This record gives sequence, C-alpha cells and structure tokens, in this order.
Amino acid sequence: MVRYQNIFTQVQLHGHPEMGMPFKDDSEPRIKATTFSYWLGKLGQAQIGPVYLGKLGLASLLLGTLAFVIIGLNMLASVNWNPNVFLKEFFWLALEPPGPEYGFSPMVPLAEGGWWIITGFFLTASILLWWARTYRRARALGMGTHVAWAFASAIWLYLVLGFIRPAMLGSWSEAVPFGIFPHLDWTAAFSIRYGNLFYNPFHALSIVFLYGSTLLFAMHGATILAVGRYGGEREIEQIYDRGTASERAGLFWRWTMGFNATMESIHRWAWWFAVLTTLTGGIGILLTGTVVDNWYLWAQEHNFAPAYPDTGVVDPSTTLIPPSEVVIDPNQMVEDPGALPEAPSQTQGS
Amino acid sequence: MPSLSKLTAAAVLVVSSLALGACELGPKQSQQTGYRGTGIVQIVDPGNVVAPGEVPPPPYELPAPGGQTAGQVYQNVKVLANVSQEEFDYTMAAITQWIVPANLPAEEAGCNYCHNAENLADDSKYTKVVARRMIQMTQNINQNYSDHVKQTGVTCYTCHRGNAVPEYVWTDPKPSDGRLMGNKRGQNTPSNAVAYASLPLDTYAKYMRGNSGPARVISKTIHPTTANRQSVKDAEGNYAIMMHLSQSLGVNCTYCHNSRSFARWEQSSPQRALAWYGLQMVKNTNEEYIHPLANVFPANRLGPQGDPYKTNCATCHQMQRKPLGGAQMAKDYPALRTVSAAAATAAVPAAAPATGAAAPAAAAAAGN
Repeated sequence: MVRYQNIFTQVQLHGHPEMGMPFKDDSEPRIKATTFSYWLGKLGQAQIGPVYLGKLGLASLLLGTLAFVIIGLNMLASVNWNPNVFLKEFFWLALEPPGPEYGFSPMVPLAEGGWWIITGFFLTASILLWWARTYRRARALGMGTHVAWAFASAIWLYLVLGFIRPAMLGSWSEAVPFGIFPHLDWTAAFSIRYGNLFYNPFHALSIVFLYGSTLLFAMHGATILAVGRYGGEREIEQIYDRGTASERAGLFWRWTMGFNATMESIHRWAWWFAVLTTLTGGIGILLTGTVVDNWYLWAQEHNFAPAYPDTGVVDPSTTLIPPSEVVIDPNQMVEDPGALPEAPSQTQGS
Repeated sequence: MPSLSKLTAAAVLVVSSLALGACELGPKQSQQTGYRGTGIVQIVDPGNVVAPGEVPPPPYELPAPGGQTAGQVYQNVKVLANVSQEEFDYTMAAITQWIVPANLPAEEAGCNYCHNAENLADDSKYTKVVARRMIQMTQNINQNYSDHVKQTGVTCYTCHRGNAVPEYVWTDPKPSDGRLMGNKRGQNTPSNAVAYASLPLDTYAKYMRGNSGPARVISKTIHPTTANRQSVKDAEGNYAIMMHLSQSLGVNCTYCHNSRSFARWEQSSPQRALAWYGLQMVKNTNEEYIHPLANVFPANRLGPQGDPYKTNCATCHQMQRKPLGGAQMAKDYPALRTVSAAAATAAVPAAAPATGAAAPAAAAAAGN
C-alpha cells in the first residue's frame, strides 16, 4: 500500500553518510564531518554535511562576522559597555550612518559614522563573496546559476539603499542605519520625507511581486502536496514525463480559474516574482530623491491617485486668517475627551 | 513525551505573552472624523482613557470690581497693579493653591513659598520673580494666542496642577561630544516622548525654541529642487516631534492629517491649524518668558545644560485633546486673561516681553 509521506518525512535513513561525487575541477576539498539530526530530519534531510567552505566561503564568513561584531560593539559602547542596558535596549540601539554634514566623504570620524562606512564595506564584501560562492558552487555541480541571479536581485536593492542612492545624492546620511527599530524608523521617515512612498509606482510593483510571491508559493506548495499521492512531488520527472499527478494538478487550476501553469513554468513564475520584488523595489528607491521628490504630487500629476474633496483648511503660515474664520468651524470635530465616541458618522461628500 | 509537551506548552505561553505584552487587549471604539474611505478615524481604548483631571474650585467668590487697586495698596506690584486689591488677594490665594506643594515645611508653605514673610513686597526670593514673569506669560497666552487657547484660556493650574514645577517639561539635550562611549547620537532610546520608537530625542530643542524652523520636510515640488535639501534624518526629527504632539493629546496622526499626504493643508483637518498656532505659542513662551529666566533660577531648577525647564504640548495638554477636558477655568480669574496695562513697565529679568500680537504675524512672515 502506498503511504502518504510528504508532510513530514516519516522514514529516516541512517547509515553511511552520502558524501557526494568526487570533485573534478579546481574546487577545494569539502569538510568531511557529517552527522544525523533526528529533529532536522523531521523537516528535511536528516544528514548534516559535508560542507563546502572554500576560500570564498571562508572570506565571506570572516568579513560578515567582522561586520556583525563591529555593529554589536558599537551598540555596546553606546550604552557605556553595560550588558544589562544592552539587552534591555537592544531593539532600539543602532550603528548610525554619518550625518548630512559629512556628505559622501569616505573620511568620517569613527564615532560620527566612520564605523558605519567600514561596517558597510565589510558587509558588502561579505555578501558579494557569498554571491560568488553561490555562482561557483552551482557551476561546480553542473547546475544553472538561477540561485545566484536571484540573490543578485536582492543585492541590487541592498546596494541601492546603502550605497548607490546615497552616492547619487552625495550624502551618507541618506543610507539606512544598522539596528532593529532604527531601520524601521528610517523606512517610515523615508516615506514621509518623499511624500508617501505608496504613490511610487515601482514601490507598488514591488509590493505586487512580494505578495504575489507568497501567493504563488502557497498555491504551488498546496498543489504539489495535494497530488503527492500520485507522485506529484517528483516534479522534475513530471516535467519530462507528465503523469496523472500533473494532469490532475493542471485540471484543478483550469477548472478553478481557467488557466494553469505547467509543472515547469510554475517555477519560472515563482523565480521571476521573487526576482522582480527587489528589482522593481530597487528602481523605486533609486528614483526617490533623485528624480522624484514628492510621490504624492507625482501621483496627482499623473492621475495615479484619486483626489478627495478639500477640507478647506489653509496653511496658517501663509495667511493670517485665524482658523475660526476658515470655512469649517474648527470646533466641529473637537470632542469631549472624556466622552465615549458615538457611532461612526459619514461626513461631507458621502 | 509528557515533559516535552509541558515544555512546549510553557514555551508557547511565554512567547505569546511576550509577543502580546505591548498589546492593549479588548474592544476599541473608533470614530470617523474625515472623508469616507480615507481612514481618518480616532481610535479610543475605553479601558485606557486618561482622566482629564479635577479643576480646583476658586478660593472664594470672585470679588466684584471696584475699590482701590493693588498698586495703590501694596508696594512693588508691577504686573497686576491695576487689578482691584480684593481681586489681587483672590488671585494670590488661587495661585498659592495651584502651585505651592502641600507637603512643605511651615517656613516655605503658603505665601512664604514666594514671599519674604517680613516684607511681602521684597523680591529677594527667586520664586517671586519667576511667578511675576509667569503671570505675564499667562496673560500673553490668553490675550495673544486665542487662536490656540480660544476663549477657554489657561491659568497657572493648566500646567502646574499643584506642583511647583509642572510635570511635563523639557531641557536642552547634551550635545554630542564626538566620542563613541555612551553616545547614542541623540536617539535610539526607549522614551514615551517618541512613542517608544528609536526616533531622535533632541527635537524639543530643534522645534520648540524661538528661532526654531518649521516642522516641515516634505517638498512642495514633484522633482528635487534646491528649495528642499532636508534629509531623511530631518524627517526623523519631524516624525519625532509629531509623535510628541500625538502622545501629548492622546490622538493619532489622523486627528490633524490625512496620512496620504501629511504636508497638504487642504487634505488636513482644522485641528492642524489649531496645532500650528499652538506651536507658535510654545516657541514664543519658551523664548520670551522661560528661557530668559535662566539667571534667576537656582541650579536645582535648571537642566543639565543650565537651561530652565521649558514647555511643550504635554505641559498643558497632559494626554487630553483639550487640557483639563476643556474645563472653563480661566473665566474665574479675569486678572490672568489680558496683558496688564502696567506690564509694559514691568521688571523683566532679561529679554523684553514679546509684543504678543505681533508674534504670530512675525512667525508667519518667517514661514514657520
């Protein structure tokens, strides 16, 4: 009887570890140590290792660790090396980029953002070396380089945020701080400064591809699990030798929405959605402050955003008409703060 | 494995309580205050409403006008000289009740907090000099900033609430010494003032002094021009001061703004114009009335940078949309409602008093 096995792997093979094929090119030797993990085997392959580290991997890990440690030590120094305060305020702490007064100069005092530039250099070097590693390992295995190019799309957004856009605007201060809440506050402030990023069409595209990625991932994962009883999880075999699993999966989507991806094309859909998320996002960030300074006004100009009725409020700094004489009575919406709100009411224009 | 399931249950409990620790559970009440579909709404957590505070009754019935003036009866009356002596005494009794802490030793309690008991006209106590200037400040706010305080007005109690120093005040931050140790670059600290974000904390000094520029970072043009060179860091400071406004009034952004475009006035609610006048009032108050008292205050009444405790929105509002729930308190204290005619000659410790009526106009001319 066929057992349905693809939610959790119920059978774990323990024996001589699989060491992979012998290397033929100029690859360095793998780290031969292997082990088995029962719990990781519940989620995936129970065998851990062998790992290929190599010069690129080693250099990448060293530089990445260096960046990580510099960020941590800067945060620790900012609380006078007090580990309790460090733990308590960890989510607030940051390594901030140089202020606007330093422009895009590489020579910034360490305490005023110099450490941020150094950290950014190490982190970028680490990421680029890791990218080279994904490319080289794929080639060594005779694979395509799809993973490396998808990773490159994410690196594009990272470089736009931290280097390319600050360089174009001539100011390190436009870059993102290292820190949990600080980088989130930066995101909000960035949107505010440039007149609401939601009216940036490339930001909109990026969101479409981001949410689209999750949707496609859920649809694909669900479809393959659903035809697992017919061998649907053997996707590569199904691509060149379409079986009843593929037929049923395709029929399901044609019945449901009139169209189905193929066993092969669904992976291209997913790859492009993921790649386009950061590709369009990077374009949107790059245009902000360089080409467009106020996305709300841009969207009004291009009929990209609806206009709502004026409230009749006038900037009091441009006129000395007191608010009490403006079209709308300023007391109209001021409520007694002690009183509980009434049921929602629609205002003008509804 | 029962021990494992117990462990898992405990872990789930700990993680969920940590994750939900900052949440205000229970139903909320929301009220639409703007055009439909724009999300302009005020949300109130009924279990978390801040009480507006009790207004103390007047010390006794307001004396009828007439009779001798305080200037004729008492020595060294510089601000309230034209008020009748009876109303002067009444006002002094009220101020004592509003400001002098109840738990003081006898020699500092009551009138003695400001006055030399041997000679009430003596200016030797710093508290008397400060109090005189604060009366002028209150009169200036009531007369010249009615665009903000309306006819409700303010009294000493609006800020002081029975404390010698109001509860919500600020002083200048320590400037960066350029060192790494203990240097958070003026931000990245959990604080109620910035709604527990990591936003800059020095924004009172940036936006609430007399020479402060406007809290405006968004460009008025589609494409970049040299007219607006403000950075994302400036936007963080602007964001921080807006969080202070929001926290101080217990409202969210959409009380004043349509969040689709924070800058556009024709999308904003009338409260935004009220708040603008409030910001001008705070700048004027800090610069003309409080900061010049730096030489008068003793060291224990100054901040670490040697500047006096200054006002912001929370000083009066104290988490209410209208201070004290909008209670009509100033009407019982007419001496505090208009700038005294004698004020022009009043002793001023340092800078000359603002010609209040011109203040908003000057601010407008500066584009604030």
